[in-house]
Amino acid sequence: MAGDRVKFGIVVFPGSNCDHDAYHAAKHVMGQDAAFLWHKEADLQGADVVVLPGGFSYGDYLRCGAIARFSPVMKEVVRFANAGGTVIGICNGFQILLEAGLLPGVLLRNDTLRFTCRYVHVRVENAATRFTGSTTPGTVLAIPVAHGDGNYFTDPDTLRRLEENRQVVFRYCTAEGDPSPEANPNGSLRNIAGIVNEAGNVLGMMPHPERAADPLLRRVDGRQIFASIIAYTLGREAAGSRPVLEHAGR
Amino acid sequence: MYRAKIRITLRTSILDPQGKAVEHAIGSMGFGEVRGVRMGKYVELQVDRPTAEEASRVTEEVCRKLLANPVMEDFHVELEPVEPHGG
Repeated sequence: MAGDRVKFGIVVFPGSNCDHDAYHAAKHVMGQDAAFLWHKEADLQGADVVVLPGGFSYGDYLRCGAIARFSPVMKEVVRFANAGGTVIGICNGFQILLEAGLLPGVLLRNDTLRFTCRYVHVRVENAATRFTGSTTPGTVLAIPVAHGDGNYFTDPDTLRRLEENRQVVFRYCTAEGDPSPEANPNGSLRNIAGIVNEAGNVLGMMPHPERAADPLLRRVDGRQIFASIIAYTLGREAAGSRPVLEHAGR
Repeated sequence: MYRAKIRITLRTSILDPQGKAVEHAIGSMGFGEVRGVRMGKYVELQVDRPTAEEASRVTEEVCRKLLANPVMEDFHVELEPVEPHGG
């Protein structure tokens, strides 16, 4: 962190294609610091927030996110996450977080069998996370999705735990906020669009907030997620409770 | 040296929309009697270990950690000995 700016570290895998969008949203729209983190470098460059961006890392070979998980940079991302660092995985980034075991479950092929690229509505289910603190529960955000494998699935026990711990952060819904089957673009269990880990510091979501941040593109609902992360990170800095990550891991 | 032949299949509890689409196409061909289409993956690899037991252990670990995702997939391994330089 430099002064009152939060540093976003955006991981670049071969095949990432939303890395520049995330960089643009963090740096030029939100006015923060941003750096690209090359997948071969095991160095997070002092980032306060790590972004795993959307795209098709390693061509989606084997399974979406399966190969990226073994990149040198991911060892550091796991260490950072286990030490309480803020990590957000968007779309392919969400898939990578699941493959890396930082979040539970899998993303299966969309039940429509179609690649779906359009605006959807998601309802904020938990506004008490560091990713949604600037929203209120029930807020409906219009954010685009663009994926072929976004059908969230997990076993019944894990699903129950996710719901009980309020780890479901976003659900697909109608414009009015109804999480109906018709509002579900991919067949996800319980209309799940985004979840956090139990500790609350790692978020995975299929919709792309970075694509709904610049007013040039008209919709700016995605900004609320960036704004929440920034407010949380600056607030923690001000309170002097920022953990020294260099010593927290092994 | 051993060659491992690995079949990776979706677990039976997981819906397989790809399999469903293929089944539908088979039905459209006129084979209404074909049912239960499930898509999977097939992987071959060679393991340079002296015993079948060791080769099996390596293969299982590779499957568990990378080739299959245990949340949604099962895997089945067949091992056969091969000549070290036989390709």
